[in-house]
Amino acid sequence: MKDKPQNETAEKHTPFLPPKNTITLTINGVEHRLEVAPWTSLLDLLREHLDLTGTKKGCDHGQCGACTVLLNGKRINSCLTLAVMKDGSEVTTIEGLAKDGELHPVQQAFIDHDAFQCGYCTPGQICSTIGLVNEGKAKTLDDIRDLMSGNICRCGAYNNIVKVVQEALERSQAQ
Amino acid sequence: MITNQIGKPANRVDGRAKVTGEAKYAAEFSAPDLTYGFVVSSAIAKGRIKSIDASQALQLDGVLQVFTHENRPGYIWGDKNYQDKDSPPGSPFRPLYDNEVQFSMQPIALVVADTFELARYAASLVKVEYVTQEFDTDFEANIGKAYVPEQYKSNPPPEPWGNPDEALASAAVKIETEYAHPSEHHNPMEMHASTVVWGDGGKMTIYDKVQGVQNSQQYIAKAFALPMEEVHVISPFVGGAFGSGLRPQYQLFLAVLAARELKRSVRVVLTRQQMFSFGHRPKTVQRFALGASTDGKLEAVMHDAFAETSKFEDYSENVVIWPGVLYHCDNVKVSHKLVALDVYTPLDMRAPGGATGIYALECAMDELAYKVGMDPLEFRLKNYSERDQNEDKPFSSKELRECYRQGAEKFGWNKRSKEPRSMREGHNLIGWGMAHGAWEATQKPAAAKAVLSADGKLTVSCATADIGTGTYTVMTQIAADTLGMPLEDVTFKLGDSSLPMSPLEGGSWTVSSVGSAVKAVCDKVGEKLLKLAQQMPGSPLASVTFKDIIFADGQIKLKNNPAQGVAVTDIINQGGFEGIEEDVSNEPDKGQSNYGRYAHSAVFVEVKVDEDLGTVKVTRVVSAIAGGRIMNPKTAKSQILGGVVWGIGMAMEEETVMDNNLGRFMNHDLDKYHVPVNADVHDIDVIFVEENDDIVNPIGAKGLGEIGIVSVAPAIANAVFHATGKRVRDLPITLDKAM
Repeated sequence: MKDKPQNETAEKHTPFLPPKNTITLTINGVEHRLEVAPWTSLLDLLREHLDLTGTKKGCDHGQCGACTVLLNGKRINSCLTLAVMKDGSEVTTIEGLAKDGELHPVQQAFIDHDAFQCGYCTPGQICSTIGLVNEGKAKTLDDIRDLMSGNICRCGAYNNIVKVVQEALERSQAQ
Repeated sequence: MITNQIGKPANRVDGRAKVTGEAKYAAEFSAPDLTYGFVVSSAIAKGRIKSIDASQALQLDGVLQVFTHENRPGYIWGDKNYQDKDSPPGSPFRPLYDNEVQFSMQPIALVVADTFELARYAASLVKVEYVTQEFDTDFEANIGKAYVPEQYKSNPPPEPWGNPDEALASAAVKIETEYAHPSEHHNPMEMHASTVVWGDGGKMTIYDKVQGVQNSQQYIAKAFALPMEEVHVISPFVGGAFGSGLRPQYQLFLAVLAARELKRSVRVVLTRQQMFSFGHRPKTVQRFALGASTDGKLEAVMHDAFAETSKFEDYSENVVIWPGVLYHCDNVKVSHKLVALDVYTPLDMRAPGGATGIYALECAMDELAYKVGMDPLEFRLKNYSERDQNEDKPFSSKELRECYRQGAEKFGWNKRSKEPRSMREGHNLIGWGMAHGAWEATQKPAAAKAVLSADGKLTVSCATADIGTGTYTVMTQIAADTLGMPLEDVTFKLGDSSLPMSPLEGGSWTVSSVGSAVKAVCDKVGEKLLKLAQQMPGSPLASVTFKDIIFADGQIKLKNNPAQGVAVTDIINQGGFEGIEEDVSNEPDKGQSNYGRYAHSAVFVEVKVDEDLGTVKVTRVVSAIAGGRIMNPKTAKSQILGGVVWGIGMAMEEETVMDNNLGRFMNHDLDKYHVPVNADVHDIDVIFVEENDDIVNPIGAKGLGEIGIVSVAPAIANAVFHATGKRVRDLPITLDKAM
């Protein structure tokens, strides 16, 4: 890059705001038609635009897993996903798991096993548990620990989280 | 006390809110026309801002303002007004005060815009020119300048006793050794955030991530010269803190400043990178000279600590009190000096001083035990302390021997072969190590309010916090237990500055302090209920006093004849009941100070070290805790599990690395700053030994938030020595050091 005087660069640089796109997302079974700027992550769309704050921001860099949601049944980091990329998709967040006031079995198991303390990583852990069961890859205790390692719990509830995942896998095998 | 709720493994009362996403944290409260602030952080560690050019940012539609030291309003700036309830002695950091940069990533501007994305983008357009100055961030290079502060934030180091120099010189066995641990950052999962809702007439409702809503309230009232009642701080859920919320952080000040200037609601959330721009566990170096007799009797202890602080505040913590608490020795001398660097002031991080001081002490004692030729557990039993020697007081209770016994039995310690490198499994070297520890069991003044309404529901409140510790649940249990009610009929409210006075939520003192206030206020409600019951026709309680009754199963019963009683619902339904409302302001009993009051722990650890690769796996941990009365075994166990995980992180992973060329912590994200993940954590057993203590506080609980971490890192380090024969004396024990 050629050197240019700082002030000249500044004058010529006109900040540019990209236009919004129209997308359709089905979130927790409800279809939303949304005007979204391309720089808006799925996470920020959920939290700031739709007030679905159950999905958490812990790093915004895909390093902690707090933002995990289910996209067409697969667990993803919603902070690393631009909303406009997912036009037409189905998203399930923590708010969409309980049915008619009855908790999803994984939600109930998190309470029963005290698999959280502060609760901030919990929605991501729960979505990740459901995603892990859907994947069907985890066969051993070590598999569970490895495959849940994308979700950091700073309170250190890992042993209790593992119990929840083991139960969830047993439940899915019994079905 | 009748135990119909206390001691039960109740599920968290806030569990449903947390697993459904209904629990709202500071950045999750909405407001009409909310604006978003994004912090611009200093690129240099020390110097002056020559110019800030925000013109490009301000050109953008939707950018409302860029606040800097040049355009910030002329609020009062005397630095006393910026002190909070956890400030160390010194001059607190004042955001946007002037053009001086005191530490890397100092907040130097706040960009406020209509959307988060726009504020973030606009922040990238703010051009800053600096005049840099030389800075001191190299701890080792500055340790020669270590000083004794005029005033310690912590207790001053205890005065020496006995003749430590002579005793050391004449000791048959002696060692000199040095231990170090790096700076660490709290990194709660929730990033620090404040949402300021601008209301009618300029009244602000502030949602803040903090461990003390009244601390934030007082800080903002003083810094902005506002009446306390105009500042309402709310924090119902806190996504972890571990000490990071003990002081109001700068996003709070900036959000309030912007809201007041723009007369709009403002949200400021720090980035994960910016979570490394404020308080942290200080890097510490500790030197020991220890002497013992040939049969392992400890004869001299010298313990000198050198700990990081900032150039503007003298932060200190209780690093060197532990020899006097944990070992009997007649000759002891300790010191604690500070090394001031161009960094933000360190801040209490889970068991401040304990996690650090006990780590080093327990590794040094392991070295001495080996030199004497004793089993590390035998060595500790031989030098067991029956008194708090720092203050020459008896302990209020101390069941540490029982922790050793139950912990060792569960772990299988008697099967250990003493020699290092003597146990293996294929290519893995196996190491077994142990350590013990203590943490202060403190009670602070606290207030509480209780309202028993005509529908029989009880609401108890205090302005404390639940940072994941279980405050909501345990306080509900204490209240329900005191009045013999089911948990479902009790609501505990916290995290609101308008509620009765609470100490900061920290120091493992919340159950002790707030719990005692909750019990006291519920007792007052109970006394009123008894009076009402006595007025009922033919009351079986007519001639008894409060001491003669118990509350159980929704009734007031005669203690000596529980078949006789009056149902609380009958008292309420007798007509004319308008509810009962009571307040208490509760102080600790003065007699407590005649005793050393500590929770204790003994931790046994197994590690497996790959002989070729140096990778260390912490395969088994047994943590035996003497923590007084256990209010809720389920949440209590979670506290200890969390402490063990923190100990694993401290021993094996956590280190914020200072780049002394830039004066900046380089690994400032969760990719490079490693905390334990699920795969790092294996078998953990938690044991609570029975410990009765009527002195420590009226409910007999010692607090569990910190005792769980203190002995874990040294037990791991000692196990790594046992596995490999190599003493790693600086944390974390990464594979390059273990090989």
